Amino acid sequence: MAEPDNDTVVTEDAEGTAVQESAARELSFEEEEVITGEEEKIYVAPYWKLMWWRFRKHKMALVSAGVVILLYLVAIFCEFVAPYNPEDYFIKYKGTPPTKIHIRDAEGRFHLPFVYKIDRTRDEVTLRENYSEDTSTRYPIRLLGRGSEYKMWGLWKLDLHLFGLPVPHDEQGVFLLGADRMGRDLFSRMCYGARISLSVGLIGVLLSLTVGIILGGVSGYYGGRLDTIIQRVIEFVRTVPSIPLWMALSAALPKDWPVLRVYFGITVLLSLIGWTGMARVVRGRFLALREEDFVLAARLAGSSEMRIILRHMVPSFLSYIIASLTLSIPGMILSETGLSYLGLGLRAPAISWGVLLREAQNLRSLVLVPWVLLPALAVILTVMAFNFVGDGLRDAADPYAR
Amino acid sequence: MLVYILRRVMLMIPTLFVISIISFVVIQLPPGDYLSSYVATLRAQGDLVDEQELAVMQQRYGLGQPIYVQYYKWISGIILRGDWGQSMEWQQPVKNLIWERMALTVVLSGVSLLVTWFVAIPVGVYSATHQYSIPDYLMSIFSFIGAGTPGFMLALVVMYLAWSKLGMSVSGLFSEQFISAPWSWPKVLDLLKHLWIPVLIIALNGTAGGIRTTRANLLDELNKPYVETGRAKGLKEGKLVWKYPVRVALNPFFSTVGWQLAGLISGQTLLAVVLGLQTTGPLLLRALTSQDMYLAGSFLLLLSTLTVVGTLVSDILLAWVDPRIRLAG
Amino acid sequence: MDEKSDHSNNILLEMRDLKTYFFLDEGTVRAVDGVDLQLRRRRTMAIVGESGCGKSVTARSILRIVPKPGRIVEGEITLYRGVKGNGGGSCLLTEAVRLTDLDPRGAEIRSIRGAEIALVPQEPMMSLSPVHTLGNQVTEAIILHQNVSKAEALQKAIEMLDMVGMPQPSHTINCYPHELSGGMRQRGMIAMALSCRPSLLIADEPTTALDVTTEAQILQLMRRLQSELGMAIMYITHNLGVVAQMAEEVAVMYMGKIVEQTDVDAIFHKPLHPYTRALLESIPRLGQRTRGRRRLASIRGMVPDPYALPQGCSFNPRCKEAVAGKCNVEEPSLIEVEPGHLVRCFPHT
Repeated sequence: MAEPDNDTVVTEDAEGTAVQESAARELSFEEEEVITGEEEKIYVAPYWKLMWWRFRKHKMALVSAGVVILLYLVAIFCEFVAPYNPEDYFIKYKGTPPTKIHIRDAEGRFHLPFVYKIDRTRDEVTLRENYSEDTSTRYPIRLLGRGSEYKMWGLWKLDLHLFGLPVPHDEQGVFLLGADRMGRDLFSRMCYGARISLSVGLIGVLLSLTVGIILGGVSGYYGGRLDTIIQRVIEFVRTVPSIPLWMALSAALPKDWPVLRVYFGITVLLSLIGWTGMARVVRGRFLALREEDFVLAARLAGSSEMRIILRHMVPSFLSYIIASLTLSIPGMILSETGLSYLGLGLRAPAISWGVLLREAQNLRSLVLVPWVLLPALAVILTVMAFNFVGDGLRDAADPYAR
Repeated sequence: MLVYILRRVMLMIPTLFVISIISFVVIQLPPGDYLSSYVATLRAQGDLVDEQELAVMQQRYGLGQPIYVQYYKWISGIILRGDWGQSMEWQQPVKNLIWERMALTVVLSGVSLLVTWFVAIPVGVYSATHQYSIPDYLMSIFSFIGAGTPGFMLALVVMYLAWSKLGMSVSGLFSEQFISAPWSWPKVLDLLKHLWIPVLIIALNGTAGGIRTTRANLLDELNKPYVETGRAKGLKEGKLVWKYPVRVALNPFFSTVGWQLAGLISGQTLLAVVLGLQTTGPLLLRALTSQDMYLAGSFLLLLSTLTVVGTLVSDILLAWVDPRIRLAG
Repeated sequence: MDEKSDHSNNILLEMRDLKTYFFLDEGTVRAVDGVDLQLRRRRTMAIVGESGCGKSVTARSILRIVPKPGRIVEGEITLYRGVKGNGGGSCLLTEAVRLTDLDPRGAEIRSIRGAEIALVPQEPMMSLSPVHTLGNQVTEAIILHQNVSKAEALQKAIEMLDMVGMPQPSHTINCYPHELSGGMRQRGMIAMALSCRPSLLIADEPTTALDVTTEAQILQLMRRLQSELGMAIMYITHNLGVVAQMAEEVAVMYMGKIVEQTDVDAIFHKPLHPYTRALLESIPRLGQRTRGRRRLASIRGMVPDPYALPQGCSFNPRCKEAVAGKCNVEEPSLIEVEPGHLVRCFPHT
């Protein structure tokens, strides 16, 4: 290829006038700008890294993610975190208000965190119990001490607790959130309740996801007749009002089933109703992606269908699915709580936040022991945290959904 | 457009049919039937059980016959005679029991929906047009909290506070003397007096969500070129915002009104139980737990029908309101 | 209220040292950075430049619809509004309105928008409300500025649609934007913009979203309307071919500043600024005689990061004629090197 040299070329333009063109110097592409190392990092970062960077910008979402992780840690290690076993009861301390933790004693001296001895007296007139602190006796709180025995995850026998009082139960107990009417520590019970409430949400959503992805994916990818049928089914399931259906189906669970089976039954029920949302989302994404040029390119390059789906399409909507997942979990948790509260879901001796809230049903006794409402607060906190995280994920995943 | 409506209505019929079957089946799922739980209750109370009486009841309600016979008896009663069956527990025609409860539920839901709209839409519009201002920030916080707080929990807290601090009982839709009384003006006034707490609680959830949706939708629209065109024409800012982007942003609202109403109607169950409202929820719960077959089944059927109709209304509204869909047929 | 003499009767809009900046979290973007412009009555000026050079922001600054977080920080824009003066005589009385002094939400600027200065934006599909008919939107413009009844406004709208060559105006007036083709939509936008006989029409890349044939039709339409209605046009584009067809005067913008301004012949035959010349070179021409094969000439480098403008002349990193030590140190000013030909470049002044 002969290189044109640096002479001017005279050409004629449309109107026949000679137009002088400036030097026909070839641009050598080595003179092109080099992308700096910084910029290159941004251009080649994998998708999940980009997502993480965007997610990091949302302070609220970050904090909430921390809260969620903390909650799940408590749920996983609830036997360790709770100072007492859930069925341990303190006869002397029925309905105790939350014990205050002090670091200064009555004389103003500093100590490690401790609690005072609680005296219980019964008011002669109202027959109500009064709890007062006896400042003469101090019980220091011990971290990582030994307490009631338990079986970690039902497997290993341990008796190590995160914190507790090194005194026998009939002497004194530390009730961070008070005790219920039977003298059981509410904080411990809430920790155990967290395990069930949080896992129901997670497992239920994962089940929904599986069903939803399979059906939605098939529907969206293959289209045609199959799609129409599945669509009709989805539409139909959606038209049946969910709450009455839940109630009815939960009522249908035999009352004599063992706790674990009831637990799985409820989870399956909840996910049965929830899969339609996921299926619709997945189908929508598949439909959109199917028409994308990069799928066509992959097909033309000879990829098999499975490879196209797994390697090309799934990463596209994975992030979106994760965001949807996170946003669905609160719904499940709320449903389980509601059902258990009504008595249709889990029942004692199973402990979930909904079951704990049953104690709050009687208004008159509620006035005496108002801290039994605290599981409600836990639910609200969890739901809000999940919502924030889900929002953050969604914003990070889809740059156009502002 | 007419074709579209007709087609949807035609589709509704088989859907309702299938729903009725499902409702009935679901009621029958728990092992045993009304009689067995009735007997169990009697036994628990230490009463004697009269075999003859049992046989009579069994005959009357058609229990013990194959399930499709029972179903046929039930559904034909509804369609042909408007007879929704007899409630075994209350010893009354189901129709009487359902009717008043249903009406109250619809009233409650309707009022809540209206309150939600009248609050959420203007607040959402203000939030979007004054983005990042202090009121916008406050509203965001409020809507996050409101959206995350389930209604029945809020109800619990409110009831507790009202009782302990004010000595006031806020449960129920009526005062003692009006509960079983026939309808009269004083009764209506009493209803209004009691209505506002449940409405507020129900509306809280919806309003929070509504504000967020309105704000998000409007923010999307405000950046679009047609808004700028309007401004370049010389329109006043307020008029411009309400005529153009708000109108587009509100499309989803109009279109989901049917859905929302239907959802409200069936969704208040939990809240109604907590607050002791005389709506469908608590009655349905009892019917389910005591397996009062006709009552529960009819309730389910009615609620489902409302949902289906609500969806239909929504779809029609969406088509009507958005010319892009309407003209595509 | 000033009365101007004969000479500047000709000037419809004058922009002096306009600076419009956008204040973002990441920094300040100087979208328009000291622009002087004079638009004459009944003449067409083209503003040319790449995306992001500030041409659209200039247009919006005139109408005071710069979106937040943008703001006019300095400079003046003055509209010399023709006042119906005494009959006879060639002297046109004008009233000067300082647009930059007006409240952007106030009644005065709103009475100017759409009536005296109108905008035809880029994408007709996105620029018309999808849920209102074309007629609704056109008549709205008429009713806003003219004291007529709804029926009269409708009539005028139909006449306007007819004037812009819309087929079956009385039918299309009741159509929604998505029912019309791209060309029809743009005609509708033009009808809406011209319905109140503005003295200045700002066209912001009105044909970029259209196919070539429709583009030709629309350009023809605009030329015809300009002579019929006697209005000035400020034509914003990046397409030099359109410039050749439409404009009498051309201003080339780069990174918020005008780098060359002259009449259209001089721009094509005697371009001075290296950027202008590079733009012209990059146009592929059919039927050139070449020796061997030639690569498509492009301007090397990239548009600089708006938050980190180069020192000195903002074009110098990409400029073939840059003089080290001068061009990357000092900023050149816009200087008139020949009558009517201004350039902002050290080697050429």
